[in-house]
Amino acid sequence: MRGAAAERAFERIHASAAHGRSERAREEAWRTFAERGLPTTHDEGWRFTSLAPLEALDFAAPQPGEIPAEPLAAARARVGPARLITFSNGSFSGPPGESLEHGLADGRLALGSVLDPKLSALSALNTALLSGGAFIDVARSDTESQPIHVLHWLGGGAPQLVSPRVHVVVRAGASATLVEHFVGAPGSRGFSNSGTELVVERDARLRYVQVQELPESAFHVSSLATRQERGSRVELASLALGARLARVEISSTLSGESAELEVNGLYLGRGAQHQDHYTTIDHASPRTTSRELFKGILDGRAHGVFHGRVHVRPDAQKIDAAQTNRTLLLSDGAVIDSKPQLEIYADDVKCSHGASVGQLDSDQIFYLRARGLDLERARALLTFAFASEVLGKLPLETLRESLERSLLAWLPLGGVL
Amino acid sequence: MLEIRNLHVRVDAKPILRGVDLVIRAGEVHAVMGPNGSGKSTLANVLAGRDGYEVTQGSVLFRGKDLLSLAPEARARAGVFLAFQYPVEIPGVGNSYFMKAALNTVREARGLPTLDAIDFLKLVKQKARELEMDEAFLSRSVNEGFSGGEKKRNEILQMSLLEPALAVLDETDSGLDIDALRIVADGVNRLRSPERAVLAITHYQRLLDYLVPDRTHVLIGGRIAKSGDRSLALELEKRGYAWIEAEAQ
Repeated sequence: MRGAAAERAFERIHASAAHGRSERAREEAWRTFAERGLPTTHDEGWRFTSLAPLEALDFAAPQPGEIPAEPLAAARARVGPARLITFSNGSFSGPPGESLEHGLADGRLALGSVLDPKLSALSALNTALLSGGAFIDVARSDTESQPIHVLHWLGGGAPQLVSPRVHVVVRAGASATLVEHFVGAPGSRGFSNSGTELVVERDARLRYVQVQELPESAFHVSSLATRQERGSRVELASLALGARLARVEISSTLSGESAELEVNGLYLGRGAQHQDHYTTIDHASPRTTSRELFKGILDGRAHGVFHGRVHVRPDAQKIDAAQTNRTLLLSDGAVIDSKPQLEIYADDVKCSHGASVGQLDSDQIFYLRARGLDLERARALLTFAFASEVLGKLPLETLRESLERSLLAWLPLGGVL
Repeated sequence: MLEIRNLHVRVDAKPILRGVDLVIRAGEVHAVMGPNGSGKSTLANVLAGRDGYEVTQGSVLFRGKDLLSLAPEARARAGVFLAFQYPVEIPGVGNSYFMKAALNTVREARGLPTLDAIDFLKLVKQKARELEMDEAFLSRSVNEGFSGGEKKRNEILQMSLLEPALAVLDETDSGLDIDALRIVADGVNRLRSPERAVLAITHYQRLLDYLVPDRTHVLIGGRIAKSGDRSLALELEKRGYAWIEAEAQ
């Protein structure tokens, strides 16, 4: 490590942590992190995202505490009726049977079996400094009884590092909907470095939505790994609305034949916000398909990054992969770096990608004006429509509608609609 | 209602309209025909206020007021409606939401009370029925995935809601089969009244079988080369445009 303030703080947190069951795995992860240190813009994959503002902070270990009633109620209202599992400052509070410890104890799971700490320095840091974990095991019998709402709360005060982990297994033939929701105290300068592992067994289905609406002073890194068995279907969505600097790193492996993956994303940035998505889709088996759609709206001096890696292995034939990234820039100061990266080693493969950056379509604006809507309203309506394509794909109606309202409130001209 | 005097328009510095004169009185239906490239769509677009059309000479008065100085939305509110030749698709904007927004904006501008969701829905469903349009089109995004004919019908649906004083139809008949053509023409005919006027731009005479015009004009090379009554359209169908071009020279 280079010895930035944040790294010294992480070392202190590491030294003081009690480890318990997974001591060895965590020690090993710590060594991985210590060796690499926080990524810099010299690292491949981090060229457009600088952690400098985070490096300077002296983070404290996660503080115990409860989620205040008001934000808890607001978060529940946003998602609608769901089974709730909460993390307050990174520590798990839910049914003991669904703690990560429990899953490790009865041998149903091994730490890092999906989210390999070697994958990245930050996933190693999450493993090493794990502050709490949930293990959600969805059997065929409790399929779709209710969506699951995993709520993460990041408190205010002295900046703290929280390292929660959520591990989900959807058993063969089962089906589940899960919302992972990140919120925090206004003005919080904390760092939420979370890990999410999603295992979807044969012919199972999972819909996962990450809603990140941390205060625009906080830091967020989410390392999310999925593994899919034969015939399974996964729909992921990442809604990056808040935080000062956020990076969602998705690593999806289509390990079973005919597995299907859909990844949708929406990022909003204003002021000096930084929204980064780094996605890797590994087509490891034949006849697997992936669809990726990321859209962003950037205003002020906001910086967006989309990196979409698609990897097709030599023996994985009949692959169908499509990737789209579109960004609207509302100001001259906003920036997007968009980078598709196709690595195709099989020959019978259908792969497409497209990226666009720009302003609203002038024909559409004219059409609306020719029907009497003024220019401001036409622009607001089209900007809203641009983003609502992604929101329209979300599984839960309450969530979808509440996010549409938030989007309207966020848009500079949203008030005219 | 509409007075076009010596209108010259350039597109990309190229003269397209070269001195159009056209007067349409309230209660009248006028047809403008002409070969490809004669400037028919330019005329429609310049009336609606689309960007990229540079008026270099002449004037357009709508109800006695200068139309060309108005923004597109102000023209719509004043009562000008363009049925687009190629209606644009707007994914993510609900058709019904869009039409309610448009109708209430226009009603407000005309000093009429706005409609709430329930009254609007009643009205739009009735209008859709008249045009034999499936209600499902109301809940879809504006024109998204509509066939060519469905898009044209959606234009006429908007027209029948907004009840413009002047409707400009830009090749609304192209791409329609004969049944759809009749339904669309009926929609326009329902709008006809002594206070309203229609300018129908078309390639084909067959629309005029249903939408009997008071006057027919032939636009050639950016000018009205000949005007006549209903029989001119029939003659054009038989003889083409060459004889008029020859006559004009």
